[in-house]
Amino acid sequence: MRRFILCLTVLGSFAWVSGTQAAVLAEDRADALYHRYDGGGVTIDGPSLLVRKKVAKSVSVSANYYVDSISSASIDVVTTASPYSEKRTEMSVGADYLYDSTIFSAGYKNSDESDYTANSAYFGISQDLFGALTNISMGYSRGWDDVGRNGDSAFSEDVERHGYRLGISQIVTRNLLLGMTLETITDEGFLNNPYRSVRYLDSESEKGYSYQSEIYPKTRTSTAVSVRGRYRLPYRAAVHTEYRYFDDTWGVGAHTAELGYTQPVWGRWMLDLSYRFYTQTAADFYSDLFSRENAQNYMARDKELSDFDSYTLGVGLSYEILPDGWRFFDKGNLSLKYNYIYFDYDNFRDLRDDGDAPGQEPLYNFSANVLQFFFSVWF
Amino acid sequence: MSVCLAVAGLSGCSNIEPWVKPYERDRLADPIMFFDRDPVSSAYTHHVYEAREGARGGLGSAGGGCGCN
Repeated sequence: MRRFILCLTVLGSFAWVSGTQAAVLAEDRADALYHRYDGGGVTIDGPSLLVRKKVAKSVSVSANYYVDSISSASIDVVTTASPYSEKRTEMSVGADYLYDSTIFSAGYKNSDESDYTANSAYFGISQDLFGALTNISMGYSRGWDDVGRNGDSAFSEDVERHGYRLGISQIVTRNLLLGMTLETITDEGFLNNPYRSVRYLDSESEKGYSYQSEIYPKTRTSTAVSVRGRYRLPYRAAVHTEYRYFDDTWGVGAHTAELGYTQPVWGRWMLDLSYRFYTQTAADFYSDLFSRENAQNYMARDKELSDFDSYTLGVGLSYEILPDGWRFFDKGNLSLKYNYIYFDYDNFRDLRDDGDAPGQEPLYNFSANVLQFFFSVWF
Repeated sequence: MSVCLAVAGLSGCSNIEPWVKPYERDRLADPIMFFDRDPVSSAYTHHVYEAREGARGGLGSAGGGCGCN
């Protein structure tokens, strides 16, 4: 569904920041990952394959193939539509060029499913300063999406997206790294889900409410600022923290905070523990129950635009399977990660039980189990 | 063009004496100090959140800063 695409497009636009070390091309590496998300009536799983390889002294290229196999009976689907299955396939390519202490990056990504096609391209530049104590990076991305609606061949809309990103990372001491990122994204086009509905009070309906299609603004601009740090402990372990402030022109404001700990154990094992907290305010045009039909120019009942909190508990374990290398492999890792996520909504109600009066239904919450298993080799 | 000029201008400051010498960065070069140790995993994790939250962007490492090699 569109929701998955839109978000990955934004994220993918800036994929170059993920693996970039300052003025050093990323290591030659291949990863094969299996992912599975299970929560709120939705199951999504599939593979992700990522390969990065230097093709010349100063050039590194990468490619990623990613699949989401979706089976959805979410609360939205159960209350207003029918369960469905779908597959989304995403492919991306990128290249980094190192010149002196500068890295130029560029890439392209395509994501495709039955009712949504997303494309994005990016360009970025990263520069070391002050004896490589400081690294600044900046980038621009452009996305262009085609929105369809299954069962309605006449429906065709589009979205255009521009993203601007500025980042800085700093070596502070022998044990401390800090980073900061500013990112602004603007969207223009058909930004709501063509299948999703809002509900409004309707005394003539048996349930006391009826549905009509969501109507979103045609533009959105968001700004996110984040700071992060990583500190090496006296023994071989590290703690990290990250905070993000988010704000957009739809009235959504959010805070994200994360704390994590990494500890090598039992020689070839690595343990990761993390806790993440997220809270957001609702969009100005969000309501769980509107007072009447066409109550406002813009209306949404997308729970992702509601008031809610969530937290994540994460644990990861990696095992170094090739500490001395093998043939042309320098080393290899097997990794398993598990995240438990809990979502608690403050103004999105659970309509699966018909016994309550409109607006008096229990508030919705759900938990999700997220599993990743991946194999990595360096060569 | 303006980006290139900005980068070129800042490069002129690169003769500032680094207070953490390259040979003092061995701890920072350890993979446990990477902001993004497993890109394939962090990309997926960010995707999981962005698909379910109103906020977007701004997360993830922006360059390294280690300068270890």
